[in-house]
Amino acid sequence: AERSNLAGVQHVLLVLSGKGGVGKSTVATELALALRLAGKRVGILDVDLCGPSIPRMFRVQDSAVHQCDSGWVPVFAHQDKSISLMSIGFLLEKPDDAVVWRGPKKNALIKQFVSDVAWGELDFLIVDTPPGTSDEHISTVEALRPHKPLGAILVTTPQAVSVGDVRRELTFCKKTGLRVLGIIENMSGFICPHCSECTNIFSKGGGEELAKHAGVPFLGSVPLDPQLSQSLEDGRDFIQEFPKSSAFPALAHIAQQILDGTSPRSS
Amino acid sequence: QVALLDIDICGPSVPRMMGLEGEQVHQSGSGWSPVYVEENLGVMSVGFLLSSPDDAVIWRGPKKNGLIKQFLRDVDWGEVDYLIIDTPPGTSDEHLSIVQYLSAARVDGAVIITTPQEVSLQDVRKEINFCRKVKLPIIGVVENMSGFICPKCKNESQIFPPTTGGAEKMCQNLNISLLGKVPLDPQIGKSCDQGQSFLAEVPESPATSSYQSIIQRIQEYCDLQHSQEEKTV
Repeated sequence: AERSNLAGVQHVLLVLSGKGGVGKSTVATELALALRLAGKRVGILDVDLCGPSIPRMFRVQDSAVHQCDSGWVPVFAHQDKSISLMSIGFLLEKPDDAVVWRGPKKNALIKQFVSDVAWGELDFLIVDTPPGTSDEHISTVEALRPHKPLGAILVTTPQAVSVGDVRRELTFCKKTGLRVLGIIENMSGFICPHCSECTNIFSKGGGEELAKHAGVPFLGSVPLDPQLSQSLEDGRDFIQEFPKSSAFPALAHIAQQILDGTSPRSS
Repeated sequence: QVALLDIDICGPSVPRMMGLEGEQVHQSGSGWSPVYVEENLGVMSVGFLLSSPDDAVIWRGPKKNGLIKQFLRDVDWGEVDYLIIDTPPGTSDEHLSIVQYLSAARVDGAVIITTPQEVSLQDVRKEINFCRKVKLPIIGVVENMSGFICPKCKNESQIFPPTTGGAEKMCQNLNISLLGKVPLDPQIGKSCDQGQSFLAEVPESPATSSYQSIIQRIQEYCDLQHSQEEKTV
């Protein structure tokens, strides 16, 4: 039998949320950048087929996907090939083309993304997902199951409206046998750059409470950081370029916990 | 008389936002009864069909489509002036189905929500293309989370920066109406979490006047459509 395209991948992490707009793609991107800085080889598989954000976040939105003998060659985000990406964003003829597909067509592409991308040797494959508990999620978990995905990171914003959906995502993880590595509370507070006053624009603490209630690790609270938003707009490496920015400590801590949780010494 | 239909099957937020968490749907001879917030505001959501806040709706497209059809066919809305439909993000089953199932009705159009950054706009352009593809008229675009004024020093921060000109530039380029911009206000999230009307609780917020002006423009659009139709009839 041919060696599977995922045989060289050590750990698979799904970034999930029940809610849209909470920062899944941001977390996937920053986690990848932080793991890369720690010397790891990282891939990101973007299975948000209707709203693929990953290409722009790495400033490779104009790249195309090439074929090789083992399948599709992922797009490299850095010259040193330390981060590789796959997204439907690379397959669109025009960037504004809408992918107006029903479930079955989405499922077929996701299966291809999982089996036909020649990832090579990776320490981490991070899977960025759209919000919800539907076709993309079911198909991704099913396709990855033979490869024993490491687990899921859930992203929420602090308010009850967001937590309410992420609770359901936790149930999805339980029902599909996905190990929950932890919950991240994103957009947790904003420190005014002018006067340093902290305002909890989207409330505070809901993510931490949910983690406690559900008995899963709380990975940390990431504050709103206009510099982070700007970095993502420009496709820049926030982790390398803005270590003094307000979101950096939390993001670095999250990456460290992932590294600690996946080191050979840990069970 | 307003009806709010929540077709975000996996992430139904509407019950909580309306202060209707824990309510259940009742059946009668004439179908499913909406859950009423006020006499003139009825709501339907899959949230009312779930028995626990932890219940997940892990359904593929066809099952979601089936429930949306039921919502449209079996809910006894009565005489309604406005049926508002809240959708999940994307351009997939829910969106195709709702447009298809409503094709016999006259749909005034879609209100599209974005935040100011390009990361959001790039997806919203796809949504606009979806609307054009399925011939769904676009009433206009709302730029949400548009700036934040610090309550202490009153300086404005662009937390989600409009690096490519925000919704305004996009609307200009695509010849679509910009209905308005809503600034960030912590009271909005708080009201939604508590199931209270932000407009009633915080009437003095700049966000309130933004919402009200947007709503007015939507009503004007709908009134104009109506009077145009009456002329053709």
